Amino acid sequence: MVEKNIRFVQGNEACVEGALYAGLNFFAGYPITPSTEIAELLSLRLPQKGGKFIQMEDEIASMCAIVGASLTGLKAMTATSGPGFSLKQEAIGYAVMAEIPCVIVNVQRGGPSTGLPTKVSQGDIMQARWGTHGDHAIVALTASNHQDVFKITVEAFNIAETFRTPVILLFDEVVGHMREKLVIPEPGEIPLVERLRTSVPEGTDYHPYLPREDGRLPMSDFGGVHRYNVTGLMHDMWGFPTDNPKVAYGLMRHLIDKIEGHVQDMTHAKEFFLDDAECIFISYGSAARSALHVVENRRARGERLGLLELQTLWPFPADYVRERCEHAKYIIVVEMNMGQVLQEVRKAVDDPEKVFLANSIDGTFITPTKIRNILRVIQGKGV
Amino acid sequence: MAVRDYLRERFMPHIWCPGCGNGIVMNNLIRAIEELGWNKNDIVMVTGIGCSARISGYLDFHTLHTIHGRALAFATGLKLARPELNVIVPMGDGDATAIGGNHLIHAARRNIDIAAIIMNNQIYGMTGGQYSPLSGYGAKATTAPYGNIDQAFDIVELAKASGATFVARTTTYHVKSMIEIFEKALTHKGFSVVEVLTQCPTYYGRKNKIGDAVDLMNYFKDRTVPIGSKKKEQDPSLIERGVFVDEQKPEYCSEYAKVIERASKG
Repeated sequence: MVEKNIRFVQGNEACVEGALYAGLNFFAGYPITPSTEIAELLSLRLPQKGGKFIQMEDEIASMCAIVGASLTGLKAMTATSGPGFSLKQEAIGYAVMAEIPCVIVNVQRGGPSTGLPTKVSQGDIMQARWGTHGDHAIVALTASNHQDVFKITVEAFNIAETFRTPVILLFDEVVGHMREKLVIPEPGEIPLVERLRTSVPEGTDYHPYLPREDGRLPMSDFGGVHRYNVTGLMHDMWGFPTDNPKVAYGLMRHLIDKIEGHVQDMTHAKEFFLDDAECIFISYGSAARSALHVVENRRARGERLGLLELQTLWPFPADYVRERCEHAKYIIVVEMNMGQVLQEVRKAVDDPEKVFLANSIDGTFITPTKIRNILRVIQGKGV
Repeated sequence: MAVRDYLRERFMPHIWCPGCGNGIVMNNLIRAIEELGWNKNDIVMVTGIGCSARISGYLDFHTLHTIHGRALAFATGLKLARPELNVIVPMGDGDATAIGGNHLIHAARRNIDIAAIIMNNQIYGMTGGQYSPLSGYGAKATTAPYGNIDQAFDIVELAKASGATFVARTTTYHVKSMIEIFEKALTHKGFSVVEVLTQCPTYYGRKNKIGDAVDLMNYFKDRTVPIGSKKKEQDPSLIERGVFVDEQKPEYCSEYAKVIERASKG
């Protein structure tokens, strides 16, 4: 039985399998390297289960379409890469403000602009955080191997539904295109969060934007018995526009606190040899594969190296990072950008001076050799 | 039902200026829907940004007030997700043909069953009177103090060329025919575009020295003629109103249902 669930797939395919497992039934997208396989596969798979696939006229429209579909009660997703991610930002902000569950996949490639379309990068970490205008909170997750891509994709849908928020999946070209083994879990093996719908009966006032005591807002599907207004303007509990400072403050606090107040629940990370580690690598996505390689290699020679692999990038698990790195002599952040997560780690730890960067920004994958060279410099051993 | 049964009076007063044509459009839209006897639970109204886009807030349907220019993109996702819902997308001329021009032509090309109502007042009203793609050559606007040098779109021609299967034009002066046109557009299976010439006395009327709301409506009365009118032959500058296109072509959601059928056989 188990054997039939073993597949040899690309990371993009693992993402598709995870999304379908999570209950995806609406996808809108636009062709872009290196995420296109996600759209191609879903155009094949979704209609087979009665789901909807549409190739929209542009990236902006794809993002808008999934918000529209989600409002009718469907689990919706789009996938893109750098330039498309830039274009989607305004509509992502709309999903934040209107609290519409949806998932946005960004298979990162080299930027800025058209950059290096077929090459790897992790340059969109800060764009995921601050890409859309205005103060807000956001959720962004990542993974380094296909089994984790599957799991974290399911988790993205679960978080989107639990907190009524867009969730960004920040994969990268190497994970997206690399092929490796994927074991598809049996139904029920990973718990799924279904949409919380209102129990308010027809004919009784339903307040679409009045949070319950636990901060959650039960939804009512468009087309159902409750007719209400959804807007990107600051709004009251009816979903009607207002510029009342008290209401605006309350909504801003709600939007931010519902994410920032649940950092612990949303923190996903993997720990390798951390307990006695003198040097801790902090890495994520495909870069973490090279970091792990170096760690395992050096451990075999008796060096006390460890790896903290982050899967939740936003909200950034600062307390968790500080705790786990408390006893490290130095920390090396391994990532394929100019230090976007490095800055967060420096803010999180007690001694920012002990945090170093091992990076790659030229479109080539960060190899164990590159990391080893930087490690030697930091250790005072020269190159 | 009475007109007020379709209104969310809790959200009034509305933001529209005295003399604005948007209220006339809203009133006639309600009357058309009432005539059709549609259940309010089956109606979704999606709008973008602008004065006209505020119409969704005032109406007791499922209403989605989105971002500038993208109403049709949101509506496309929503309609494909739930094809049984009646989806109406009122837009302004800037919303529909400038920032949202791409979505307009592609929604028309797909022939998805959505009714697009373009309230054309030839100006960006909400931001205070800048020229739009419908202002036309020579118009005055706060961003065209020396006269506009942009040529105007013809919404009817644009919609026809893009593949819309129902295309009509009416004005706020011609309320009776507006209701009839709305009824046809709403029940048409496929993408329908209705251009409504409407007045913005505050910005367009004042800036172009045409006068108040009544003067602007008289302008619609004097400067528009029914399709095929003899007057148009004598004076080609007159604007035709009526139903330009009303045809049946494969509709997007129906075609998608066939895709599901083919895929599930596979």
